[in-house]
Amino acid sequence: MIFPIVRTALIALRRDRGALALSFILPIVFFSIFAVIFGGRRDSTPKVTVLVVDEDHSPASERLIQGLEREGSLSVKKKPAPKQGAEQKDYTAATAEAAVKAGTAPVALIVPHGFGENPISFGGANQKRPTIQLLKDSSDMVAPEVIAGLLQKVAMTSMPDIMAEQGSKYMDEFAGGFTPEQRKRIDGSLEQLRTRQSAERGGQQSAPADPNRGMPVAVSTRDVVGENKDNPMVSFYAAAIGVMFLLFTASSAGGSLLDEAESGTLDRVLSSRVTMGTLMAGKLCYCSLLAFSQLVVMFIWAWLVFKLDFIPHIPGFVIMGLCTAFAVGAFGMLLASICRTRAQLGPLSTLVILIMSSIGGSMFPRFLMPEAMQKAGLLTINAWAIDGFTKIFWRDEPISHLWPQVLVLLGVGVVLCAIARRLARRWEYS
Amino acid sequence: MASPPIVSTPSSLLPLRIEGLIKRFGDLTAVNGVTLELKDGECLGLLGPNGAGKSTLIRSMVGRVIPDAGTVSIFGDRADSLGARMALGWVPQELALYARLTCRENLESFGQYHGLRGAALKAAVAWCLDWAALTDRAQEPAHHLSGGMKRRLNMAAGLIHRPKVILMDEPTVGVDPQSRNRIFEMIEKLHAEGISMIYTTHYMEEAERLCDRIAIIDHGRIIALGTRDELVQSAFASRSEMLARFASADDSVAAWVKQRGGLLENGMAHFTIDHATEIAGLLDAAAKAGHELADISLRKPNLESVFLQLTGRELRD
Repeated sequence: MIFPIVRTALIALRRDRGALALSFILPIVFFSIFAVIFGGRRDSTPKVTVLVVDEDHSPASERLIQGLEREGSLSVKKKPAPKQGAEQKDYTAATAEAAVKAGTAPVALIVPHGFGENPISFGGANQKRPTIQLLKDSSDMVAPEVIAGLLQKVAMTSMPDIMAEQGSKYMDEFAGGFTPEQRKRIDGSLEQLRTRQSAERGGQQSAPADPNRGMPVAVSTRDVVGENKDNPMVSFYAAAIGVMFLLFTASSAGGSLLDEAESGTLDRVLSSRVTMGTLMAGKLCYCSLLAFSQLVVMFIWAWLVFKLDFIPHIPGFVIMGLCTAFAVGAFGMLLASICRTRAQLGPLSTLVILIMSSIGGSMFPRFLMPEAMQKAGLLTINAWAIDGFTKIFWRDEPISHLWPQVLVLLGVGVVLCAIARRLARRWEYS
Repeated sequence: MASPPIVSTPSSLLPLRIEGLIKRFGDLTAVNGVTLELKDGECLGLLGPNGAGKSTLIRSMVGRVIPDAGTVSIFGDRADSLGARMALGWVPQELALYARLTCRENLESFGQYHGLRGAALKAAVAWCLDWAALTDRAQEPAHHLSGGMKRRLNMAAGLIHRPKVILMDEPTVGVDPQSRNRIFEMIEKLHAEGISMIYTTHYMEEAERLCDRIAIIDHGRIIALGTRDELVQSAFASRSEMLARFASADDSVAAWVKQRGGLLENGMAHFTIDHATEIAGLLDAAAKAGHELADISLRKPNLESVFLQLTGRELRD
């Protein structure tokens, strides 16, 4: 009895191409996408981009930067990419900070004046010394940590003689023959150490800990993006998850065209004053309105529950929300006009939307993907929408900076609408 | 039902005129050179079996099918023009309704699609609900209605803009006899108001009851056109139809029936006879041929007989 049941189910599955695709093709596609994202191939491991500003121009700073450039996991940039063939000026502290804020790179390192004179971190928190500044975008939780660690390694490996010379200098300064003064200093240092260790054991800190304690070079880290955000990733995920579900909603709403075709109401509507163009425009408005409402609900929820900084960003949200809603609405119309039946639409939309969402950054931030995947992501609505919302809610950029995302989303929407309209001609007459 | 007086009307002002219409789908010719006129206030029946081309012909009239040849005009306007769409009401065979919308909301939607607004829309919805006897169910979602009610709402939705010409494509499909009678009454009410109608069906009783003239369609062609009596007269004149059922309807019986000028359909032999006296001769011949008769009857020819006579097939095949 079991065999006939299995046989019947297998025959039904074999004849349901959509279910077959979901059962076998989708897992393979997803596996491949995530294998690429997480570096299944050695040569596709993503490099961390770091902007470097050398204010010191000393042999020590140059060797430190050269050491960073030799690190295979880093992509060190001292100046912006050439514009229209013209070389750009080296980054300054200000332009590097602006570039991090704009999302060009997650981290910038600024090697200050005087670094070469006194590169080693020694002598306690109160010791005056030049400190390398690490400016970071806190939405990327990995890159700053990677660079901070590599910086210490490179300092030791790229300029060992300088480090030794500096060590000797400090030895001469602090341990030159144990004079009464030296004894006093050493005792004082030991007392400080005991006090600190005692405080750490008791789970309390009497004074701010020196973050550079034990590190060869002193680094001060500063968030230049999202420094005032209570919950840094909320805006990212509100946009990322929101856009993915918008796509599902729009494809389902667009599917109402297929419902109408199957039930016969489409014929009846088209025999009235309503033309196919008018009908599709109406459906597009409906899909877009639904998508925009969904975004509004999602962001208001994020504001109420997760403290998203929503109110000051309402104008930017409305612009991005409307453009995103238009693009996903057009996407829904296109999917519906490609498919012959509702049964076809379900598997196809699931397949396309999940692929778009995975490479477009809805499931995994694009900045953590290999460069090729990041570029491929730009072919999706998700990537442009998420970038736009990130500009508003994360980088606090002015509305005028949204023009690339707005243009692309509107352009994509217009093109998808035009294709959908063309495909919908099959419904007009037989 | 008596035919309304038909006055001569210039062809450009006819409610509907089809000339030399041909529509092919691949190798299949669904409509093959149909020429037809619907006169003012007339109910014209399109009678034919499933697959005869009735629905394609109707869809051509609504402008939803682009013909390969020929023309369809509504009061002189091309079928796909706005003027034609506003003059025409279409009741499709499918239940073309929004299932989750109430009766009123369905009618309002289709009314708005036809350009009705405000008081005109309200009045049209009220008229349709009353005509379809659905006023009490106005707030009921369409998918909660019974089959007959859905059919009536489907018809009402096609009439919301009060068209002058109505095309009804098998409006009684799947309806129980009681609901069918109610639908007939609704159609007769429209007919009495002088609305011109085309009514497709494969039930000859419906065509006989509702239609002034009947066009019999088969394989995409109009094979006969006229009033019920004209069709019977042209096919049978004053002759009658004798039906004979044999104890066994094997190939030898079929050959014998054919040899005697009859038609064997579903085990029943149909013979056309001029006089009742011919019955005895047929019985005698059957006995001599060794074919045992189980039952015989004599009937006055009807549309079913006409269809069988013209096509060699029964209407419901």
